[in-house]
Amino acid sequence: MHGSTTDTILEISDVTKSFGQVAALKSMRLKVRRGRVHTLLGENGAGKSTLMKILAGVHEATSGVITLDGRPYRPADPQDAAALGLAIVFQELSLCSNLTVAENILATREPRRFGFINDKALVAKARAIVADLGLPIDVSEKIGNLSIAQRQLVEIAKGLSHEAKVVILDEPTSSLSDSEAEILFEIITRLKQRGVAVIYISHRMEEIMRLSDDITVIRDGEYVSTHDRDDVTIEALIALMVGRRMDEIYPPRTHEQSAKTAPVLSIDSLTRDGEFDDISFDVRPGEILGFFGLVGSGRSEVMNALFGMKAATGTVRFEGQPVRFRSPAEAISRGIGFVTENRKEEGLVLSHSVGWNISMAALADFTGPLGFTRSRAEREAAAVEVGRLAIKTHSLDTPSGSLSGGNQQKIVLAKWLLTRPKVLILDEPTRGVDVGAKFEIYKIIRQLAAEGTAILLISSELPEVLGMSDRVVVMHEGGIGATLSGADLSPETIMAHATGFQS
Amino acid sequence: MTQQSETQAAFMRALKQYGGILLSLVMLCVIFSFLNPRFMSVVNFMNILQQVAVVAIAAFGMTWVILLGEIDLSVGSIIAVAGMVGAQCFAFGLGFAPAIVITLLAGALMGMLNGVLTAKLLLPSFIVTVATMGIYRGMVSLPTNGAPAMIENATWTAIGTESFLGLPIIIWVVAVLFVVNHILLSKTSFGRRAYLTGGNREAAVYSGIKVDRLKITIFMISGVMAAISGVLLSSRLFSAQTNAGMSYELDAIAAAVLGGTSLAGGVGTMVGTLIGALIIGVMNNGMNMLSVPYFYQLIVKGLVILIAVWLDVRAKQAKR
Repeated sequence: MHGSTTDTILEISDVTKSFGQVAALKSMRLKVRRGRVHTLLGENGAGKSTLMKILAGVHEATSGVITLDGRPYRPADPQDAAALGLAIVFQELSLCSNLTVAENILATREPRRFGFINDKALVAKARAIVADLGLPIDVSEKIGNLSIAQRQLVEIAKGLSHEAKVVILDEPTSSLSDSEAEILFEIITRLKQRGVAVIYISHRMEEIMRLSDDITVIRDGEYVSTHDRDDVTIEALIALMVGRRMDEIYPPRTHEQSAKTAPVLSIDSLTRDGEFDDISFDVRPGEILGFFGLVGSGRSEVMNALFGMKAATGTVRFEGQPVRFRSPAEAISRGIGFVTENRKEEGLVLSHSVGWNISMAALADFTGPLGFTRSRAEREAAAVEVGRLAIKTHSLDTPSGSLSGGNQQKIVLAKWLLTRPKVLILDEPTRGVDVGAKFEIYKIIRQLAAEGTAILLISSELPEVLGMSDRVVVMHEGGIGATLSGADLSPETIMAHATGFQS
Repeated sequence: MTQQSETQAAFMRALKQYGGILLSLVMLCVIFSFLNPRFMSVVNFMNILQQVAVVAIAAFGMTWVILLGEIDLSVGSIIAVAGMVGAQCFAFGLGFAPAIVITLLAGALMGMLNGVLTAKLLLPSFIVTVATMGIYRGMVSLPTNGAPAMIENATWTAIGTESFLGLPIIIWVVAVLFVVNHILLSKTSFGRRAYLTGGNREAAVYSGIKVDRLKITIFMISGVMAAISGVLLSSRLFSAQTNAGMSYELDAIAAAVLGGTSLAGGVGTMVGTLIGALIIGVMNNGMNMLSVPYFYQLIVKGLVILIAVWLDVRAKQAKR
């Protein structure tokens, strides 16, 4: 058949991969066609990353056959894979922050002249690549000066700058705002038109349903099924992925929020020059107050100021008393907890054990009169949290870095639960977490609220904010666009306030 | 029975952790006893322990600093300043007790300056302590214009020369400081905070650890340890020398790193550092007994450190 939209470009048959005794992949199958977006769906630990690393030439398959364009495909290393026509954009950022965008995009293949890097040609070539993709980025800017979202776009540009037949995008939108994600979706559409096949990995179901042509579900290292997008529902996919039915993604409220209780935390005209302006809100015990805003709207900055990381003007009242936290230690001692946005940078000490990480913020409670750590009490308390949050870990002594993203996030949650917070700030608590773990985290949040903890839930995922919050503060360019509740809580109203199209 | 298996597990863990460097230590001892029959004797081992004391104590302090992901290059200079401060106290007619208190305070103060400059002015500790290394070294010569100062206080000199219960006092000092540092690091919340902060400073800040205060305290510990080293050294020499402790910071760093302390921070133990210091002591002593010229000693010491660290790194990579 002639049609270039139907024939197979990449075929994976019966591929297995073992690491020592552990089988990461068992008889994996995948058939990717030209000019189509093929989504690979599975929980963290299902084997997606292993499969992608085999395709990228990082790992070698233990057995099985892969063909690219009809020829056997066995890349020796990532450079070989790129040369054979397979480009991959990893979810972990792999850019050098002290170099420019252009230098990063063309790293290891800089245009040369007499053996030296030809800067002019480098910038011109990079500019052409960026313009071709329609990215609003200055190629001579240093990576370190870009936002996380912009870096992600550069990462994508770097991956796509190779002449690729197959492009793998591994959670490319995890740190993009909606408008930035739109840019990416346009790029994907353009790739499809050129006949490039895209393997897409994401946990965002709405996005998957919008972009994909084909969807393959994998579970526990095994192939489950492949579907045409039009023949399948989100609910069915989730059920296939987690291997059980999930009635609802967002667990229902178990208690009614009383409007009469006095607020535990009141913020009045909190301002920090250049970051946020005149922020006022309050939150009552047991309430889940959602914060929605596009990347750069100042949500995380407000929370950092609230937590004593940064100075700001304005009034903060905690349990009716005016307070001013000069350090996180002061905020924590009053009963504020903060699950930060970047769990690897600010949440966990990856090289240290699960137990040490869990007790980290409550260490003072486990310290005897002479400064000795009461390690038995500490371990018992940590074990209780591991059980309560169902953290899947071999033992308390396992390094936290060796756990999956969802379990790492639960460790961060456990760390704050151990401080018995009255107010818990959650900044993107489900980023990079698979659907199963997401559901568990939502249940924990609900339970905490039912126990009387006030929750500030920051999220870039609109369905999450809508599904979980009692009220929603919408932020726009460092200010509050609106505080919505009840009937006003609709995706349309929230987006209108977040984008500033309504005042 | 579970008690026994727990002890067994702990033993296996210790073997895995220290097996590599312990093996290096034993191998060095075997080689030296083949080359010189007098090496393997109780008297000589006492000798080694006394010789290594000054470096070992400085290395205990260094372990704290490196654990935090920092470095302290000023300890060699602090060693010299401590001796001179003691000598000057006696020159002013003070007794032993006030002299030792003032000396240790001087060490704490010099460490505090390193810590404050690093934590509060956000200067890299490498640069700060390169600078203070020069400043402190220069200060040693201020009271005497570069001449050595005799120390005649009998209690002070007894520390380095007398024995207590059959063991040289100097060995008691090392033993006590080892136990104190080991307990402080492995059993207290202060030690835990050092491990956590060294492992991820940002996460430590967000978890309410007062990182600046911790850093300053740890530089002060390093300063006090170096000052104690200075007391031992000057008591062995009956005098304060302006070039005392020159380049000892490098031996202290080597001891800590040989003992498995990671320069990236977050990893290290006092047990490891003690073994590392012993390796350095055995090498110095063994080569001196064989009358190896000093410049050859430097070359051999450098190579042994490289090989030992390489073996250790390789073993840890294989475990992953």
